[in-house]
Amino acid sequence: MPNEEYNDVEGGLGIFARRVIAYVVLILLTFLCLFWFYLLFINSTRSHAELTRGFTLIPSKFLVKNINGVLHGTQPIFRGMLNSFIVATTASVLCVYFSAMTAYAIYVYDFKAKKAIFTFILAVMMIPTQVTALGFIKLITRIGMNDSFLPLIIPAIAAPATFYYMHQYMESALPHAIVEAARIDGSPEWKTFNSISLPIMKPAIAVQMIFCFVANWNNYFTPALVLHTDTKKTLPILIAQLRSADFLKFDMGQVYVSIALSIAPVIVVYLCLSRYIVGGVAVGSVKG
Amino acid sequence: MAKEKKATSQVVKYNKWGYIFLIPFVVVYSIFQLIPLFTTIYNSFFENYRSGLKQVGPNFVGFENFITIFSNGDIPKYFSNTMVMWIAGFIPQIVISLILAAWFADTRLRIKASGFFKTVIYMPNLIMASAFAMLFFTLFSDIGPINSMLQQMGIISEPYKFLGHTISARTLVAFMNCLMWFGNTTILLMAGMLGIDGALFEAAQVDGATSTQVFFKITLPLLRPILVYVMITSLIGGLQMFDVPQILTNGEGNPMRSTMTMIMYLNKHLYSKNYGLGGAMSVFLFIITGILSIFVFKFSTQKEN
Repeated sequence: MPNEEYNDVEGGLGIFARRVIAYVVLILLTFLCLFWFYLLFINSTRSHAELTRGFTLIPSKFLVKNINGVLHGTQPIFRGMLNSFIVATTASVLCVYFSAMTAYAIYVYDFKAKKAIFTFILAVMMIPTQVTALGFIKLITRIGMNDSFLPLIIPAIAAPATFYYMHQYMESALPHAIVEAARIDGSPEWKTFNSISLPIMKPAIAVQMIFCFVANWNNYFTPALVLHTDTKKTLPILIAQLRSADFLKFDMGQVYVSIALSIAPVIVVYLCLSRYIVGGVAVGSVKG
Repeated sequence: MAKEKKATSQVVKYNKWGYIFLIPFVVVYSIFQLIPLFTTIYNSFFENYRSGLKQVGPNFVGFENFITIFSNGDIPKYFSNTMVMWIAGFIPQIVISLILAAWFADTRLRIKASGFFKTVIYMPNLIMASAFAMLFFTLFSDIGPINSMLQQMGIISEPYKFLGHTISARTLVAFMNCLMWFGNTTILLMAGMLGIDGALFEAAQVDGATSTQVFFKITLPLLRPILVYVMITSLIGGLQMFDVPQILTNGEGNPMRSTMTMIMYLNKHLYSKNYGLGGAMSVFLFIITGILSIFVFKFSTQKEN
């Protein structure tokens, strides 16, 4: 409607004033969101001596030196990045593949326990893993998985929230007719899932891959209970170690670089794919 | 007749694949979630801890552990800490999110670059909470940039100990939680608002309603189910509050245990291998989140129909 601005009602604020307020608030919030990362970037480029002297908004030239310092420092940050990457990648691949499989089982087939299992998964979706952590630690100690990546990777196979997202996506994007057509063509069920249904699910798989990866990359609670050897620790544990009692002994430039290194990969991925990520947030929980 | 019978058995043959495809989920879930849940509940009925080099228990003590964590003030204290910090973060979060969502969804307002704004406000949600907390710790430390900025501007003469006072330490945790989650909430609420029938807004406009009236009389009431959903999921998330206060306070929950959350307490007992009290805490959390989950479950299944 081209003339809608004339329709604006007397008594309320004019559309122009409301637009100004909206932009001012949005710009303030943008500042509030980005300011910390700007400080992080500035401080990553400054030396320890400069950092103790006070605060500035202009970058210095010690970034490479600080990164080098982290590389040869006491905290194995780069090793931690590799560990985090291994855990997050394998866990998210397993999570997405098997969640799609579980959703496929519930969506495509009709069997007696179907409704009960679907209800059960939805019911436990919100139960946090922390409440079972005690039993989890006891279990993995008993089966000899303590201090290994396996207890961080294998449980990703059973992810109720990812399952729920996949199931919703199938309802809107995977018609039953496709599965039936494949059957008539003589395609075995296993193959129908892997080479016909999964490709249709690609957009959902991509979105969930990112969310699973980020969740595992950022996870601190469980890895901190499971991993004990320094060379096996993931990034969040190493970051937490920086905040130990002898915090003041650390080179502050290196502390900032370590924080930046643990945040940077996610930010880079996010900036490249933000459209899909922001679009995927709402779908999993609220169907518009 | 024979043909029909054959067709049914075909379908049954297909449907057994439903069970086969469910095997990985069921096996992994049972081993890594259900068994640990039962072990946790089982352990909550035993006295089992280390006192110096001496191992005490496991001895069956019934509900003794539950009575202990309630009567020695641990649960009341840490529950209220968690709730105070959650509420202090959630109120600004929901207010900001409601306003932003209404603006983004308002076709008359036509916000330019809304994609950019959404990208920016959602970003903190993906940042590693522990790294973000470490960043805030360094920025707000006694010799950190925030203190030196305030001093250079002449607002304070001595460095302010942000983590030395209950009010500022809790505010910092609440502020970080709000910052990390308001983008997520905005997007959820916006999706809900876009789902409202546009004809309602047009009708209100024709009747001469102001945008404030439209917001309070149409948008809010229709948005109520989603608001409840957002609140309950956020509450469940709030009960799990851990990374931020744990790293800001180095697991101490200082000052005076005022930022110690329930999961931090649980984490402490898991490290010191006090499985009795840790188990009791876990069961308490399980019951609360279980009750809250029922609401989320109702919301999800309602939508299915």
